[in-house]
Amino acid sequence: MAQAAAHDDHDHKPKGWVRWVYSTNHKDIGTLYLIFAIMAGIIGGFLSIMMRWELAEPGIQIFPGLASMVYGVNGDAALDAGKSMFNAFTTAHALIMIFFMVMPALIGGFANWMVPIMIGAPDMAFPRMNNVSFWLLPPAFILLLTSMFVPSAPGAYGVGGGWTIYPPMSTSGQPGPAMDLAILSIHIAGASSILGAINFITTIFNMRAPGMTLHKMPLFAWSVLVTAFLLLLSLPVLAGAITMLLTDRNFGTSFFVPENGGDPILFQHLFWFFGHPEVYILILPGFGIVSHIIATFSRKPVFGYLGMAYAMVAIGAVGFVVWAHHMYTTGISLNAQRYFVFATMVIAVPTGIKIFSWIATMWGGSISFRTPMLWAVGFIFLFTVGGVTGVQLANAGLDRSLQDTYYVVAHFHYVLSLGAVFAIFAGWYYWFPKMTGYMYSPFIARAHFWIMFVGVNLVFFPQHFLGLSGMPRRYIDYPDAFAGWNYVSSVGSYISGISVLIFLYGVFEAFRKKRVAGANPWGEGATTLEWQLPSPPPYHQWEQLPKVK
Amino acid sequence: MDQQKTVADEKKHRTNLAVAGACVAFFGAMVGMAYAAVPLYAMFCQVTGYGGTTQRVTQYSNRVLDREITIRFDANTAGVPWEFEPVQREVTIKLGETKQVAYKATNKFSAPTTGRATFNVTPELAGAYFNKVECFCFTNQTLKAGETVDMPIVFYVDPDILDVPELKNIKTITLSYTMFLADKNKPVAAVETRESGKAISNTEANLGG
Repeated sequence: MAQAAAHDDHDHKPKGWVRWVYSTNHKDIGTLYLIFAIMAGIIGGFLSIMMRWELAEPGIQIFPGLASMVYGVNGDAALDAGKSMFNAFTTAHALIMIFFMVMPALIGGFANWMVPIMIGAPDMAFPRMNNVSFWLLPPAFILLLTSMFVPSAPGAYGVGGGWTIYPPMSTSGQPGPAMDLAILSIHIAGASSILGAINFITTIFNMRAPGMTLHKMPLFAWSVLVTAFLLLLSLPVLAGAITMLLTDRNFGTSFFVPENGGDPILFQHLFWFFGHPEVYILILPGFGIVSHIIATFSRKPVFGYLGMAYAMVAIGAVGFVVWAHHMYTTGISLNAQRYFVFATMVIAVPTGIKIFSWIATMWGGSISFRTPMLWAVGFIFLFTVGGVTGVQLANAGLDRSLQDTYYVVAHFHYVLSLGAVFAIFAGWYYWFPKMTGYMYSPFIARAHFWIMFVGVNLVFFPQHFLGLSGMPRRYIDYPDAFAGWNYVSSVGSYISGISVLIFLYGVFEAFRKKRVAGANPWGEGATTLEWQLPSPPPYHQWEQLPKVK
Repeated sequence: MDQQKTVADEKKHRTNLAVAGACVAFFGAMVGMAYAAVPLYAMFCQVTGYGGTTQRVTQYSNRVLDREITIRFDANTAGVPWEFEPVQREVTIKLGETKQVAYKATNKFSAPTTGRATFNVTPELAGAYFNKVECFCFTNQTLKAGETVDMPIVFYVDPDILDVPELKNIKTITLSYTMFLADKNKPVAAVETRESGKAISNTEANLGG
């Protein structure tokens, strides 16, 4: 026992690769998740820039050449393979950004790092399971990337059905192995998320420090708790649905095969029962992060703490009963449409509570616009723009004309690509000094913010105009009438790409210059428990459990 | 002191496992729900006529109204080498009146083939009021080479259709049948020609379009 106590005294950590591969430490696993998310984000971003490059002007320019380079086909076959490749790029971009970038960054990365510290726990409840959660992701990612290089339909490579993988396209339309690989990839990534969700729920329910009641728990921990429940409820349904796809494809079942009495529309119901909560899974942890940052840099406790916490619970709960607003055009009855329009709009109420509470937190606060605050305010603005178009799209009548146009693309990129990603960067610049012990260059960080802000708005704002004038999504080509705004959008994507390079340079610069950040670089506004620890925190924290008043 | 700590750790570990166990049970239940959705959804469609699912009944209607409605018939084939068409393009009947019509199918292939039909009606909401007393659906029909059969349907339109706001002014309902190839392995020759034809169209004819 004495030996064990001595053992605990100093920062005992395994050396070399063993520390990372065998890691059961929530901070190390969080770091792995963040590195993984950055790499996946670069690949997913590369795919999107290639698509924007292709769409910069009418006609088909880039992808046939790319297809002949990658798949070794020539002439007309290259043109055909190029078109399929564009579809494969849209699909892979979506799946990578959702399952391998945003979720690992917010849930695996920041939540793993900060939730145990914030609630005063020494580690996650099941550290070994945490390790399994992470190490399931790289094989899943490799499966998805492999799927881009194997045949799907005759003359085509990679899954071309969009991230929604609706049958019959995903069953009879893509007979090759690409779809099977993608389905297995989602299975494994889903298993990883489920294990993570179970771990977070157990940690947050059981491992809080004495005095840390649920109603005193930081909002980020609340957001992760709600997210974990959403994962636990929705992912099994996706797992079931794609398993049905898999057996329909390979084992002769006919869940979605109409000639044998199956129904392809059932897949859409199952998919969106998962898919809609999934978008809240992507954004809720961001809500938590932004709440902390706004409070820290306004030097005020967050306005309406309980309202903020229960607004997230309400968003999560209502998020499960709105799924068919993705399916207005599938022939659901007028009354069902009325219900789904109403229920969808109800979500604007708790979301509005959050937006107004953030603004009220800033109101009368002693605001300092340091880098994380810039990102957080940027988040509020961009998320609200996406929210407004969301309320428009909730209307079944309007949706009938905007369904599957670039208006929808602009909408969900404003809430996710700009919303969730800005929240990730806000969290990154907020916690980077805590996680590494080093302060980044504020100049580079601000340059990253402003260039990315301009870039992403240039990408997605014109897409509203394109969508309103009827440009459909998921096509490699478009009529000349759409050329102008498409060009602007493409230029925006190059600018965003440059901003990512600035981000990477900023990380490199911070590690090279080694400016010591100190335990709390943000001053008196930073009140959560992580700021009471040194930066970086000790390998094992809270051996003496903190007392929460 | 240490002893106490271990006891507390042990207890904590047990509550952790209890929470995790509940989560796993929940996970299993949700997967079960996803699969249960399949029969539940089919049942839901049967009961509500969702997606144009028509109703199976064993009795004729007990009331007939003067209001008339036109029923149009549509026939499609998918992968089955048959000629498949309705005997009549349309009939006009009274609401509640029972009517028999027929589809005609001819096997144009040189060997016996098996087909299976699915159907729905448009507007889809009318499915709940389109009652079939007798029909050929989801059952395999094997036709010898060159054989022709008539496939009867006996149906009526439920007069309750007038109570539905979206349907009360309806003039026409279309009943659409699609005949699929039931046993994909059986007419090997047919499948092969079909697939090689597809391959050709993919390498030459279809390109550049």
